[in-house]
Amino acid sequence: MRQEQIKNPTLHFSRDMGEIVTEKHVQYIFSVEKRKDDFISVAMEYLRMNGAYWGLTTLDLLGKLDAVDADEVVSWIMKCQHESGGFGGNIGHDPHILYTLSAVQVFALFNKLNVLDVEKVTNYIAGLQNEDGSFSGDEWGEVDTRFSYIAICCLSILHHLNKINVEKAVSYIVSCKNLDGGFGCTPGGESHAGQIFCCVGALAITGSLHHIDKDLLGWWLCERQVKAGGLNGRPEKLPDVCYSWWVLSSLIMIDRVHWISKEKLVKFILDCQDTENGGISDRPDDAVDVYHTFFGVAGLSLLEYPGLKAIDPAYALPVDVINRIFFG
Amino acid sequence: MESDEVKPPRVPLSQRPEWSDVTPVPQDDGPSPVVPIAYKEEFVETMDYFRAVYLADERSARALRLTAEVINLNAGNYTVWHFRRSILDALDADLNDELDFIENIARSNSKNYQIWHHRRWVAEKLGTDSARKELAFTKKIFSIDAKHYHAWSHRQWVLLALGGWEDELGYCQQLLEEDVFNNSAWNQRFFVITKSPLLGGLEAMRESEVSYTVEAILTYPENESPWRYLRGLYKGDTQSWVNDPQVSSVCLKVLNATNNCMFALSTLLDLLCHGLLPSQEFNDAVDALKPSGPDQPDSDLGKKVCSILEHIDPIRANYWKWRKSKLPSAT
Repeated sequence: MRQEQIKNPTLHFSRDMGEIVTEKHVQYIFSVEKRKDDFISVAMEYLRMNGAYWGLTTLDLLGKLDAVDADEVVSWIMKCQHESGGFGGNIGHDPHILYTLSAVQVFALFNKLNVLDVEKVTNYIAGLQNEDGSFSGDEWGEVDTRFSYIAICCLSILHHLNKINVEKAVSYIVSCKNLDGGFGCTPGGESHAGQIFCCVGALAITGSLHHIDKDLLGWWLCERQVKAGGLNGRPEKLPDVCYSWWVLSSLIMIDRVHWISKEKLVKFILDCQDTENGGISDRPDDAVDVYHTFFGVAGLSLLEYPGLKAIDPAYALPVDVINRIFFG
Repeated sequence: MESDEVKPPRVPLSQRPEWSDVTPVPQDDGPSPVVPIAYKEEFVETMDYFRAVYLADERSARALRLTAEVINLNAGNYTVWHFRRSILDALDADLNDELDFIENIARSNSKNYQIWHHRRWVAEKLGTDSARKELAFTKKIFSIDAKHYHAWSHRQWVLLALGGWEDELGYCQQLLEEDVFNNSAWNQRFFVITKSPLLGGLEAMRESEVSYTVEAILTYPENESPWRYLRGLYKGDTQSWVNDPQVSSVCLKVLNATNNCMFALSTLLDLLCHGLLPSQEFNDAVDALKPSGPDQPDSDLGKKVCSILEHIDPIRANYWKWRKSKLPSAT
């Protein structure tokens, strides 16, 4: 079901690549920017659940999750749950599959999955599957392969994949496969690294990777690496640190990560750090945010940067958390 | 987020007579916020009033206007969009006005799932009559960002659900004339030739599409998209791809030009792996590209191609080494 992380004995972490400023990133995540005209903080309110997952998983990868009061987080998350079993992005927000996964992932980080009413949550997710096997994000019906991944990942963590029609879910994902080997958001949609991660992750979790032409997709994915070492999400687009996750985890899941230059990617991610104030941005010298900080650190973990906990490429949670869920 | 127009100064909701009967509801963050967030005062007040109408489930005209204010402050707030839809339904509002509203918001917030989902919901309710408007709307977005992923997803949905295929191939052509590197436009082109009810389908279109693609390749051989598109035209029929003289000939032309050979070389490699019997011209063209040096001479064309690729595309050296190891043994 899950692969051992591929070890590359020839990857050396030299000082020339730069260094991860761990303490600064931790401070950044804990910090409170009290500037009231900070648009980013205003915009973040409705997706605080995602923000919690990004921030807390990053702390765990950096070995600093102990500093967080788990009970406080858990009690806040429970206030975000609805009658339907789904979770909203924050207190007072409608339920959505996006925030339901983040909530479950945070519970997993703190080893508090037993607090959940698993029936309720899994019924909510199973109820979002459509006739054709696809998944909607919520009662309003938006369909996207992102939601296929979310449903499968979440139900797998909660040991209830049996509540959905897995065969149909898989066949819908396969219908979104394009001739370049990649996947889009819906059938015919342009191949995009983010969507590819979702489709490959869902197929990995359901034991369905044989539907993928790994050589073809592996080549498309390794073509995302630009000369400077970063990864883009589609041909002729700019590199972005978040693709260090979407592309990299996909390559690992299909066992083709040795087709990119790991050294150059490490250097790119480290260059995206704000070494003074902490945090990571989409590309060097841009403004940082929690999302890119998580994906940068997660990418470094996949690249086996020393001092970081290992992260599972399919579940996007630390490997020890996944081991606890499946073998604990 | 700010528009270019000069806005009249905002009157706080607490000072507007139409809202005097409503008690705003503050946010319940809990004692110590997990992901602490600072807020603007205007945002706080607007959200407090929104929370009041949302909790009371008030689906009125003033509530509709209030959702617009929230959306203007934060178009990512999906709960507000949900509630707005509930209100629109309850009021049986003219959804054509809603299209205008969305277009205004999209000006500064187009990279936002909520806007596109809302737009689709409205268009679906309006039905096939809205096809033309939706195609026009996405065109406007493409004039600013021709690779806009949400807009392309929306446009594909419009064509499939509401129709309007007549000018689509022509539109792809126009976009590719503006930027032949636009991968989204190439993807759409494939979408059109395979799914349009007005065209003959992939096989019928293949010949003309191959000619079109070959021209595009020759203008910019370093362009990844047309090479992949060319391969895609032979979906399910690899032998035709291997045997089509246009395919091998475009490879040869690019190789002979000696510039930007990467995709020509990788395509030649793929052709060889699928049984292409290369003429002497191919051997000569590849020999001319070989890096000079003490490397052992590879008599096998496939091996030579892989060696060159390792040299000119070092970041993917491991991939090209693997390709070399997978070559069918030389006969």
